[in-house]
Amino acid sequence: MNAPVHAAEPAIEVRRLAKRYGAVTAIEELSFAVPRGSITALLGGNGAGKTTTLAILLGVLLPSSGEARVLGIDILKHRYRVLPRMNFGSPYVELPKRLTVRENLAVFAQLYGVRDATKRIAALAEELQMGDFMNRPTGTLSAGQKTRAALAKALVNRPEVLLLDEPTASLDPDTGDWVRAYLERYVAENEATILLASHNMGEVERMASLVLMMKAGRLVDRGTAGELLAKYGRDNLEEVFLDIARDRRKAEKETVA
Amino acid sequence: MNDGLGFAAPEREWGFSLRRTSAIVLRHYYLLRSSWARVLELAYWPVINMTLWGFMTVFLVGQSSLFAQATGLLLAAILLWDVLFRSQLGLGLAFLEEVWSRNLGHILVSPIRPYEYIAALFVVALMRVLIGVGPAALLAWGLYDYSIFTLGLPLLVFFVNLVVLGWAIGLAINGLILRFGLGAESMAWMALFVLAPICGIYYPLSVLPEWLRWIAYAIPASYVFEGMRAVLIEKTFRVDYVVVAALLNLVYIAGGVAAFLYCFRAARRRGLILQIGE
Repeated sequence: MNAPVHAAEPAIEVRRLAKRYGAVTAIEELSFAVPRGSITALLGGNGAGKTTTLAILLGVLLPSSGEARVLGIDILKHRYRVLPRMNFGSPYVELPKRLTVRENLAVFAQLYGVRDATKRIAALAEELQMGDFMNRPTGTLSAGQKTRAALAKALVNRPEVLLLDEPTASLDPDTGDWVRAYLERYVAENEATILLASHNMGEVERMASLVLMMKAGRLVDRGTAGELLAKYGRDNLEEVFLDIARDRRKAEKETVA
Repeated sequence: MNDGLGFAAPEREWGFSLRRTSAIVLRHYYLLRSSWARVLELAYWPVINMTLWGFMTVFLVGQSSLFAQATGLLLAAILLWDVLFRSQLGLGLAFLEEVWSRNLGHILVSPIRPYEYIAALFVVALMRVLIGVGPAALLAWGLYDYSIFTLGLPLLVFFVNLVVLGWAIGLAINGLILRFGLGAESMAWMALFVLAPICGIYYPLSVLPEWLRWIAYAIPASYVFEGMRAVLIEKTFRVDYVVVAALLNLVYIAGGVAAFLYCFRAARRRGLILQIGE
């Protein structure tokens, strides 16, 4: 039996999650909940544990301890019940280059069991303005076109939960802005949930209704962008990020003392 | 499966989906369709081998009563060895294509179960065997007037046994690549050649030293090649050889699947899946 879905239940819930590789700790005592219909950002420097967290939520990394539930289903025990309702995008995991965009989407539509795949692919081609390059090999596309193709793959099954790892990395500001606007519209129209790992502070400030600040595998702070700015007394999230990454507030207090 | 809202309906944890399996097959069909170089590469070595050994056979037929009696001995051996090699390599390359294109992460976060993925690799490997060995078989028929089909029904039994052995070894190697990354890639090309001198492709097992013969007895391919010689030289179909080969293959394929699944779990424990190919 599938777990019943309750509207108030978070889309993603993580409790005391830990991942250790021998003596190295990737994440420790990680607990958070991502509300349904929200865009939540995992923010942190390199090695903070963002990608590790996403990999556990996708079921391709086994944690050392803790619990992780997606749409009310234990991802560690029943990942195949929930994977059809999720999807994933990352500039570091690519689509086969020799296949055309249309062929790639047809393959993933079939993998995810999309009903009327041809119609869904045509709709995505229109929404993501991919008409000009649907029949071109994915390896011949520009960075912006590749991003749109990857986004189409991530949305092919109309996921209720979308996990994105640096969705606008290496994009020019115009394309980046276009992608962000599209994702915001997708969430609003489909009541979907996005958890994104990002280094882009502007992106997080604009999109995320909840920001989870990570450092050295731990969750060090959380709140809306506004709450974090107020708490740290800063004008932008980049400053907050640097405060946390460099322990600047602690250092400032020590200097004053 | 989409419900009225367009969202996918929850799925059962277990079960086999032909749809997901055929999605992977479709991906490889698209790949081969788009790349004539890959198709050419599949058929290239079997055809070159066949040409070389075909002329050698023509020469030997005039020199040796054994070859005069059983003309197809070398040609059948070459074709059957290629079935085994192409099956193992085909399965390895089907997996490596995902690693090289850095697409494995996308596939393994999709709802496809590992056993569905394995089934898809079996089908793709079989496709590659047929594309690779088919032209060589045609060449043998056209150039040397030798049809592999003169082996009759035993050919099918030999073919199946060799394909399954290729799958088993290919799966174990794929497991190693999953666990150890592209450092283990060369295994896909080299591993099978360890068996070549032992399993009696071109000569009977009786020529091997006794200690090596015991190792040969543990390899299903040894029984296939002995069986092939029995058909061609003695004109008898040795059912006992086929039964032993099939039983050994059951052990091998179970071992191959277990090795792949073990390495898949190890890769999940070590966080290697999203990184593989980097």
